[in-house]
Parts: sequence; C-alpha cells; structure tokens
Amino acid sequence: MTGWVDTALVLLTLTSLLLLGSSRLTRCIRIVAFQGVVLGVLTVTARPTELSLRILMLAVAIVGLKGVTFPWLLSRVLRDAAVRREVDPVVGYIGSLLLGTLMLAVSFWLSVRLPLPTPAISGLLVPVALFTTLSGLFLIVTRRTALTQVLAYLVLENGIYVFGVGLVEGTPMLVELGVLLDVFVAVFVMGIAIFHINREFDHIDTDQLTALKDWTA
Amino acid sequence: MSIAPLIHMLLPLALAPLLLSAINRTKAIVAGRDGQVLLQPYYDLAKLLRKGAVYSRTTTWVFRAGPVVGLAAVLVATTLVPFGGASAAVSFAGDLILFAYLLGLLRFFTVIAALDTGSSFEGMGASREVTFSALAEPALLLALAAVARQTGSLSLTTMYAGVTGATWAQATPVLALVAGALLVVFLTENARIPVDDPTTHLELTMIHEVMVLDHSGPDLAFIVYGAALKLWVLGMLLVGLVLPIHSGNAWADSVVGFAGLLGLAVVTGIIESSMARWRLIRVPQLLVGACVLSTLALVLMLR
Repeated sequence: MTGWVDTALVLLTLTSLLLLGSSRLTRCIRIVAFQGVVLGVLTVTARPTELSLRILMLAVAIVGLKGVTFPWLLSRVLRDAAVRREVDPVVGYIGSLLLGTLMLAVSFWLSVRLPLPTPAISGLLVPVALFTTLSGLFLIVTRRTALTQVLAYLVLENGIYVFGVGLVEGTPMLVELGVLLDVFVAVFVMGIAIFHINREFDHIDTDQLTALKDWTA
Repeated sequence: MSIAPLIHMLLPLALAPLLLSAINRTKAIVAGRDGQVLLQPYYDLAKLLRKGAVYSRTTTWVFRAGPVVGLAAVLVATTLVPFGGASAAVSFAGDLILFAYLLGLLRFFTVIAALDTGSSFEGMGASREVTFSALAEPALLLALAAVARQTGSLSLTTMYAGVTGATWAQATPVLALVAGALLVVFLTENARIPVDDPTTHLELTMIHEVMVLDHSGPDLAFIVYGAALKLWVLGMLLVGLVLPIHSGNAWADSVVGFAGLLGLAVVTGIIESSMARWRLIRVPQLLVGACVLSTLALVLMLR
C-alpha cells in the first residue's frame, strides 16, 4: 500500500505546484478540490491494517467538505464577485514556481533533520506535509485577491492534516472532526466576508484594504 | 558481429519520416479529412533533393554549413539512442551528455544559419528558439539524471535496459514525473503545439519554421529529414521509458518500439488537434513546469 500513499503524496506536491503557477480562479478552486479528494484517499490508504468504519467516515467527511462543499461555496462567491483571474500577484507565476522548487528542496533538507517520535508511514510524508504547509503560507502572503487567500488557507490546513494522518497513530475521531468543523466555519465566514468586501468596494483585492481609514468630514 | 545492430541503425533512417505523416494523418482524421498519403514526406524529400538551391548574396559559408552540420549532429545522436530493447550502436558512460549537446549543436547551427541571412524575421525566430531551448535543456538533463540515478548507470543503453516493469512498480511516481517532463521536452524541441505551430506560415508567431525560410532545395530536405530524425530520437527516449518491454527477441522488440513511436505520434496529433498554440509569454511557464517536474523526480530519487 505504500505505493498508493507515495502516489497520493506526489499528487499533493504536484497540485500545490500547479496552484503556485495558475492564475485562473476557477482552476485554482478545482485544484484545491482535487487536493481534498487526494486527502480522502490518503486517509484510507495510510493505515490499511487498521481500516475501520471510523476512518472511512472521516475520509467521506473530508472528501465531502474539501472536495465538494468548499469548492461549491467558493464558486458561488466567485460568480457573485465576477472576478476571473488573479491579476498582478506580489511574486509572478514563474517566480512562484521556482520558489516552490526551492521550498521543496528546503522541506526535504529539513525533514531529514527533524527528530520524530514515531517513524512516519512513508519517507515522503514529512517533506510533503512541510512543503504543502509552506506553499499555502507562501500563497497567503503573495496573492492579492481574498479568494486565493482562502484557497491558500485550505492548502495550509491540508499540509497540517497530512502531517497528522501519517505521524500520529489513531488521532481521536473527535479531534479530527473538530478540526474539520473549524475549517468549515472559517471558510464559511471568509466566504461571507469576501461577499461583503465585494459588495462594499466592487473588488476583492485585499491590498487596497490597508489604505482604509476613518472618514472624517 | 550479427546483423541486428546494423538493422537497428538503419531502421530510424528509413522510417523516421513516417512519424511525420502519422501525426499529419491523425490530425486529418480528427478534423474529418482524408489526409495526405502516408508516403508524402518521402515524396517531398525526393522532390526537394532533385531541386537546386538558391543562396542569397548576403549569406556566407555559415548558411550553407547549417543544414549539413545539423543533419550530421542528429545522425550521430541517432546512434546513441537504444531502439526497441537492443543496445545502441555507440554507448559509453556519460553519452547522455553527448546526446544533449549534439542536439544543442544542431540547434546552434540552425540558429546561426538563420542569423546569417540578416533577415529580421529569422532573427526573431532564432531568439525564440534559443530562449525556449535554454529552458527545455535543464528539464531534459534533469529527467535523464533521475533515470540514471534510478538505474545506476550513465549510458543511455544501460539506463534504458535497466528500466523494466519491476522498476515501474517500485518507483511509479518518479518515472511518471520523468515521462511528463520528457513529453514537454519532446513537444518543445520538435516545435509542436502548444509551443510552436508547425503548420503556420505567419512569420510573427512561428519559431522553427521561420528560421528555415531561406533554405531551399537539398538544404531544406536535410533540415526536414533532420527534424524527422530528431522527432524519432526524442520520441524514443520517451517510448523506451513508458514501454519498458525487453523480450529478448530483437524483431519483437523492434516492432514494439516502432508501435510505441507511432502511438506517440498519434498522441501528438491528438494534442495538436485539441489545443491551440499558447501565447509566447505562457510557454516559459510550461517549460519551467517541466523543469520542476524533473527536479521533483530527481529529489525523490536522491532522498
């Protein structure tokens, strides 16, 4: 089964890299949805020996939320905001891709030096988790539209989840569901926030929000 | 010495133009046309070889040397690539570097022959060709380095002999990444969509075709034939990786190898029919993507 785990992890890396290089927002949403489905597969294949109803339910919840609900929610926001693509990010797409490769190398370098309490299920797991987290963080910092930042937040969360699923044996179901609920609420609230920003200012460029100030007559 | 290596050397020389017509035929069928006869590239080559060449008075010997040196370089490259499970005619440790730079030599001579004409259009084509190949070359070398690391050898022949079904089972992600990167390099180096459109004759958008506008007669035949051989050798790098079948029977392996190449030609035809050429500004993104793929493969391998 390590073949499946490795393939899923490589797919995660590739989707993160693809996200670093894409400008069209509908495509970004699709990529993150695909990442959600890959996470579901990873959850099931991570520990094939102790496959239980609990893990299956968790996988279904992850695919349902990250693969279906969030993309649907964000697509609705996107349709209302009438924004098609991320224009003029802080770091360009080719630059992002090259920095992504650098982050990947750093993740691999770092993962060898991290002391782990229990051995991971695959040698790829720690570097991929680190890379996914780092690329999510990078996207939050360098993209300007609020929608991409929400997607980047999801990628960041995916990275942390990968870390958990491969390292901690049998995380309580309650904890996992709690985290999922938190993410759900966060995306929901951010979706509403984007909607309001868009209605108030006719765009979802968060950079311009820094210039806001109290209006004095 | 058996006759098999000789046949393996002669097969590409005889069959390479057939790949061009396989791509054309696929595109024609997808578009609902009947298409050219399959032997059309051979008729074209024969026609060009019978004609005389016209040389502009502003050109020098460089312009005349371009097609000859280019064809010679790609012929030597053909001897380095193993075909259909048999070993290549020439193989030594590190021949993959020689392979990459023989293609570089071909490109260099095409480019300076284009610059020698002094035409501004050809200068534009030359500039684009060099830009894109500067990005495609790291992708090719890193991809080959990943395969070399996987199989533990530095010669194309032993590298490709080392890739088997078992290797795929053991390192699927790495080989799939390498295959993806090699496909992009294959499309770029052979001036195919989405990088370049081989059928267009609008000078402002083309890359490879614009550089050879001033060549005529036998020179053009050399260039077209060289391009077909280049398609063959780069295709063989990809097919040898994706169809790692070594039955031991030279004939069966050759048939499988050639079928793989025809399959690749059909895939190329379908890619060309289903998408448009990308804007020039987006092409580097694709090539950097290919570099990232092969870097990732190498990193996974070195871990």
